[in-house]
Amino acid sequence: MIRYILQRLALIVPTFIGITIVAFGLVRLLGSDPVALLAGERVMSPERHAELSRQFGFDRPIWEQYFDFVLSALQGDFGVSIRTKTAVLEQFLTLFPATVELALFAMLLAIAIGIPAGIFAAIKRGSWFDQITMGSALVGYSMPIFWWGLLLIIVFSGMLGWTPVSGRIGLQFFFRPITGFMTIDSLLYGNWTAFISALRHLILPSIVLGTIPLAIIARQTRSAMLEVLGEDYVRTARSKGLSPGRVIGLHAFRNALIPVITTIGLQVGMLMAGAILTETIFSWPGIGKWMIEAIGRRDYATVQGGLLIIALVVMIVNLFVDVLYALVNPRIRVQ
Amino acid sequence: MKLMKTLMTATALVAVMAGSAYAKTLVYCSEASPEGFDPSPYTSGTTFDAASRTVYNRLVEFAHGETTLVPGLAESWEVSEDALEYTFKLRPGVKFQTTDFFTPTRDLNADDVVFSFERQWKSDSPWYAYQEGISWEYFNGMSFPDLLKEVVKVDDMTVKFVLNRPDAAFLADLGMDFASIVSKEYADSLEAAGNMAQMNQKPLGTGPYQFVDYQQDAVIRYAAHPDYWGGKQAIDDLIFAITTDAAVLAQKLKAGECHIMPYPNPADIADLQADSNLKVEEKEGLNIGYLAYNTQMAPFDKVEVRKALNMAINKEAILDAVYQGAGAAATNPIPPTMWSYNTAIQDDPYDPEAAKKMLADAGVENLSMKVWAMPVSRPYNPNAQRMAELLQADLAAVGVAAEIVTMEWAEYLDQSKAVDRDGAVLLGWTGDNGDPDNFLGVLLGCDAVGGNNRAQWCNDEFEKLIQDARLTADPAERTKLYEEAQVIFKDQAPWATIAHSKVFMPMSTKVSGFVMDPLGYHRFDDVDIAE
Repeated sequence: MIRYILQRLALIVPTFIGITIVAFGLVRLLGSDPVALLAGERVMSPERHAELSRQFGFDRPIWEQYFDFVLSALQGDFGVSIRTKTAVLEQFLTLFPATVELALFAMLLAIAIGIPAGIFAAIKRGSWFDQITMGSALVGYSMPIFWWGLLLIIVFSGMLGWTPVSGRIGLQFFFRPITGFMTIDSLLYGNWTAFISALRHLILPSIVLGTIPLAIIARQTRSAMLEVLGEDYVRTARSKGLSPGRVIGLHAFRNALIPVITTIGLQVGMLMAGAILTETIFSWPGIGKWMIEAIGRRDYATVQGGLLIIALVVMIVNLFVDVLYALVNPRIRVQ
Repeated sequence: MKLMKTLMTATALVAVMAGSAYAKTLVYCSEASPEGFDPSPYTSGTTFDAASRTVYNRLVEFAHGETTLVPGLAESWEVSEDALEYTFKLRPGVKFQTTDFFTPTRDLNADDVVFSFERQWKSDSPWYAYQEGISWEYFNGMSFPDLLKEVVKVDDMTVKFVLNRPDAAFLADLGMDFASIVSKEYADSLEAAGNMAQMNQKPLGTGPYQFVDYQQDAVIRYAAHPDYWGGKQAIDDLIFAITTDAAVLAQKLKAGECHIMPYPNPADIADLQADSNLKVEEKEGLNIGYLAYNTQMAPFDKVEVRKALNMAINKEAILDAVYQGAGAAATNPIPPTMWSYNTAIQDDPYDPEAAKKMLADAGVENLSMKVWAMPVSRPYNPNAQRMAELLQADLAAVGVAAEIVTMEWAEYLDQSKAVDRDGAVLLGWTGDNGDPDNFLGVLLGCDAVGGNNRAQWCNDEFEKLIQDARLTADPAERTKLYEEAQVIFKDQAPWATIAHSKVFMPMSTKVSGFVMDPLGYHRFDDVDIAE
């Protein structure tokens, strides 16, 4: 097991190098001259241009900028935002809990609905339930997030007035963050109304962000269940006279879970991508919205530093999922 | 222990908030997060709304809803004969805000004023580079390092600015955000505590509202400044709820989650106007979208050719297709909301037949030209590509073949400056300080050729008027000069003036006293809300 973990850890090194190159390279493809973009229509004197280029380090050779970026990142320095002049890591840490809170709720929703739906669809294969579930899963999977989010807002917040339009909590609630999770913080302060408000604000964004993972999990669970239900040991269990509940719950489901766990793990990256749009629609102050704004404003330092941190987080989560997978499935360890 | 302490402070805060449940609260759905809270290093309107216009004041202020200047922290001022010395008498008894992070011990004085400028100017000031990468964009952009000779404290309540050359727009510059007056006492205490970055996180000024809290990218909270020199505001709590998507902003306003919003989508305006709980105010923005010919290249060096092309352009079609109703046709290079706008000038008529004839008379046949289209959407031109296509069709109708050219934005800005540039350029400008010189001098002056003057147009008569206007401080005299300059501009046609964008502000009918600002600020002083 330890050897397996070490092997997985060793893989992180080339991945890290790859990510630094992509993060560093991508932002440089955004535009030719970030300093000129800062000035916009206002023509900058050549001296001022040179001074700012020097300040941001754009005057140095590109490889030197790259190595400086990597070396600083290794020491935990991910740069300073060109726009707000605050450390990228500090901004990330402030905003990350909001994203995690939303992602957790979205994932919870996806799992709580996706797995049972997938199981039932598998058991009742070919039934109207199966067809409707899989049909909706396909629709959910292909749904343009922005359109979906706006539609939900217009119907549930605008027309029906059931949910708040955007934000994390009602504006009347105001407390200094402890954990950064609104649901937990409101409980820590013992404020029930605030807790309810935080939950209400989570409903629509969780649905929007959870839609694609939900569809994927439901489909994956169904196909994994179908495969397992056809196995000899399931037939044996049935012929032994075990109740259908025990056959499905104990024998089939546990084995079908393995590919589902991998799928769930892989959704973490998807959630980060989905967060960009979901957070933008719902004015959710998380890292997705942060990144999209930094790109829009050509804030190179924030984009490259932020991308790198996010990639590192996704890598760590994936590593964790792999280890979990190895624990559930001993065959992986041996291979 | 730390957790306990935070908990206790927070409980107290919640209690305070609960206690003030009946306080008058105005929620403004702002369009983006501020870059920071120091009013001087930044250039975006969002930051000005969140920092300089709420928390701070300046020596002179723009009158509500106008571009004219009124006394601010300076009660009065005098300009020397040679227009090189400006002496300001400070308003006595102006209090800085008392907050949970700082308690001032004295009123505003000349030290604060001198400090506010020297920190942006003198590289030996410890505040000059107090944060990594901080730079004083507007102080430099308005040429203050060259313009200022010295800023002198005459006595506690008198400050004198000495200039290297006369500049009539100087007073208007002092009304700009970068010229906000910060507290030297607060700065000194932060410096002593080794916590200078706080200057940019927790602002403290003399303005109508004081800073309470900022949750990054989410909410900014302010409270009325009880000792504000202009009188305590009717609104007790002012909240900026940051909402980036315009469609969502509109939904929030309709749902009553905020009282006022900026920058609606043109497509949403009719729907908002139809809502009986809302009203939509509108005003022309302080901007201009134009097409600049290269007046140094044949055949565009001929006035008749430029005039003929101007007459070929169907502006109404552009207003419909590109601005979708959120624009007004432009006649002059300055917007009608600006003082000295010459209302007597008539726009070139849209007359393709006459245009054709004028081109033929000028001996121009089978003309082919390039039209540069910006790759980005700007307030003064939301869709330059579409505009270029319409221009192409208009020009084709008078026998001119136009080729549309575009390139990456930074490249575009740079290459369009070249004196030997091939083609006419679509660009525009948003005013900084409401002074006509900020358009006429900056965009059309001789020294801006090869820079901001994309028409590469240097007209002696026009230039003399602009220079004379810079040397006089008398507004009436300056108005006359600028009105005359606009006549020459229209006559010479270095640009096709296309449009001024219209700005819309939807708000709840409960809101009163909100005045649309020609400079694009969202100011909440003197605003009230019905219970």
